Amino acid sequence: MSNTIIERPEAAPPAGSPAVDAGPPVRPSLKRRFRADQLTAWAFILPVVAYLVIFYAYPLIKNVDLAVRDYTVRSFIDGTAPFVGLANFVAVFQDPTFGPALRNTLLFTGVSIAFQFSIGMALAVFFFQNFRLSSTLRALFLVPWLLPLIVSASTWSWMMNSDSGVINSVITSFGGTGINWLTSPQWALIAVIIANIWIGIPFNLVILYSGLQNISTDIYEAASLDGANAWQKFWRITFPLLKPVSAITILLGLVYTLKVFDIIWIMTKGGPGNASTTFAIWSYQLGFGSTLPNFSPAAAVGNLLIVIALIFGFLYLRVQRKQAQ
Amino acid sequence: MIFTPRRKRAFAALVGIATASAALTGCSTGGAGGNGGSAASGTYTFWDPYPQFDGSSAWTKLVEKCGTEAGVTVKRTGYDTSDLTSKALLAGQQGNSPDLLLVDNPVVSTLADAGLLTDTAETKTSTTDIEANILAAGQVDGKTYGVPIGANTLALYYNKKILSAAGVDPAKITDWSSLTDALAKVKAKGDKGITFAGIGTEEGSFQFLPWYWGSGANLDQLDSSDAVSALSLWTDWVNKGYAPNSVINNTQTTSWQEFLTGDFAFSENGTWQLAGVKASKIDYGIISIPAKDGGAAPAPTGGEFLTIPVQKDSARYAVSAKIQSCLTSTANVVSTDNTLSYVAPTKAAQEKQVADNPDLEPWVTAVGDAKGRTSDNLGTKYPKISEQMWKAVQNSLSGSQSAEDALKQAQTAAAAATK
Repeated sequence: MSNTIIERPEAAPPAGSPAVDAGPPVRPSLKRRFRADQLTAWAFILPVVAYLVIFYAYPLIKNVDLAVRDYTVRSFIDGTAPFVGLANFVAVFQDPTFGPALRNTLLFTGVSIAFQFSIGMALAVFFFQNFRLSSTLRALFLVPWLLPLIVSASTWSWMMNSDSGVINSVITSFGGTGINWLTSPQWALIAVIIANIWIGIPFNLVILYSGLQNISTDIYEAASLDGANAWQKFWRITFPLLKPVSAITILLGLVYTLKVFDIIWIMTKGGPGNASTTFAIWSYQLGFGSTLPNFSPAAAVGNLLIVIALIFGFLYLRVQRKQAQ
Repeated sequence: MIFTPRRKRAFAALVGIATASAALTGCSTGGAGGNGGSAASGTYTFWDPYPQFDGSSAWTKLVEKCGTEAGVTVKRTGYDTSDLTSKALLAGQQGNSPDLLLVDNPVVSTLADAGLLTDTAETKTSTTDIEANILAAGQVDGKTYGVPIGANTLALYYNKKILSAAGVDPAKITDWSSLTDALAKVKAKGDKGITFAGIGTEEGSFQFLPWYWGSGANLDQLDSSDAVSALSLWTDWVNKGYAPNSVINNTQTTSWQEFLTGDFAFSENGTWQLAGVKASKIDYGIISIPAKDGGAAPAPTGGEFLTIPVQKDSARYAVSAKIQSCLTSTANVVSTDNTLSYVAPTKAAQEKQVADNPDLEPWVTAVGDAKGRTSDNLGTKYPKISEQMWKAVQNSLSGSQSAEDALKQAQTAAAAATK
């Protein structure tokens, strides 16, 4: 490195400056070298920093700013919204929608994850047997993941239609009474959870399946020799050894499910009433649901969601760090 | 120039920065603003909620022709209706509003409240020919913010075959009880009664309003006994099976699809479905929505207003106003409204429309009886009231609350929101 520097004429000390002492290794001062290196380093980082600031930091800060001011359409235009501190958050907490929305968000996320994970795990173990056509079938199971959400959510809402849906026509042909999936306050949340579980299974299946492939077959052979049955093999070998992969799958699933919006919006619009309104839906309803946008409370709800997601994000980082050790 | 490794590195970094900053500035110069060029020439921007019309459509050609007549080039962009409101607000915040903006009428009061629109006095636009009830949707505090390009409203489409099978004479349906009797007869015959859109959005309120106003209720008081009677009417229909349960989640499009199956006796729907019903094989008729005690109920007016957003350079208004008056001239408005299946906003244009197409006659009457949603000087209070109203409709139709409780809760929330 130092060789190239010496070859450059401009790297020599400027005429006016005190000459470098005739110490044996002729090189620029430490300070100068450090600065040049740093500048280059910064130049390399700059695009990434700019990207992060423009697309992550600025919107986040703007969102917090929206939530702590009282924006009306007029003050949104001329930028004179007064600072109101936490008033929007207080209003959101006191809103009659808050309780149901919190309950729905927790139920939607919790139940979705529980079923997505257990069904995904069961399917992963099933496909790991490597029977004929297993890879074809496994590929078919990915379809829900590949479909655009608008397609799958619309299809579900047709299937669950009270009067002309295929699900109700099956139920009635077996002598049952049809269920108002999307239009009764008792069933609407269950209906969107079912659709969301269906969409989330492939994600769990793929990750858990790849986790299974990392478990050495020797262990299973040894267990077979010791006389373990299939059930014992699953609970004593597969499940414990899959723990790290499972933790990541569940945490990622939590973050994805918390922010689910499209499925619910397309199927029920959060209705009837508030029956299937989650935080994501509520935030959208406040901000864009009527012709008069209500940006500040919408941003407050959005911030709550971000905080919840952030907690799980940190949890994810912790788990990952633990596993790396 | 000799590239030593170090120099190469610095050079690469420089190139990186240069491209990154070029990309960023590229974004900011490509905005949709129409503020360049002098007033009497150059490019004028025009936004509308008709993404279905492309560059080769008659609508785009008309817009461009009106621009040419005013001596400028008009650049038209069509956005999705729900998208256009937020686009217009954002553009206003950035100070690059389009020169002309065609928006859905309930949005006019919102944009006017934000100070984004000029009123007709400022642009010296005459609105004297326009029917008062249509124009009212664009008026706030005595000022008019734009010119309606056309209006649409709701009425009841009926299926002649089903009604005659059930022995119902549509001409005798004049009030709520005769309509409910007709539905009972249709149901007894094994057919389906009526379909409408009770979805939890503005569409739900739009569809409920004719019944709400037809009961004599007023938007200031959501829990009046008249209001309760209107919501009870809908709720009873659903509970008795006269209307399918799916109405709770129906948009106007899905409810229309139900009617097009040919199984339904009635559908509450709009002028814009006229072309579709003609193409279907359904033998249809149209009656106006009855009020509680007889007569036609006032239905809400739909349709867009052609507005002139505020610009930094007020010299641009003269040309924008020229384009506006060209697009709303009788000849042009008739051809536009025929394409959109709208009713024209002026008497002269309405007469011309009916002369061309006698099927429009009941719709012209219906529009004459109609009422703007933001009228009665409700302005920006309307969206807040409407939101509570559609929630009450949802809660009552789905059985989670009685009509009375649902409306009481809605009134409390609306009063708090409009305080």
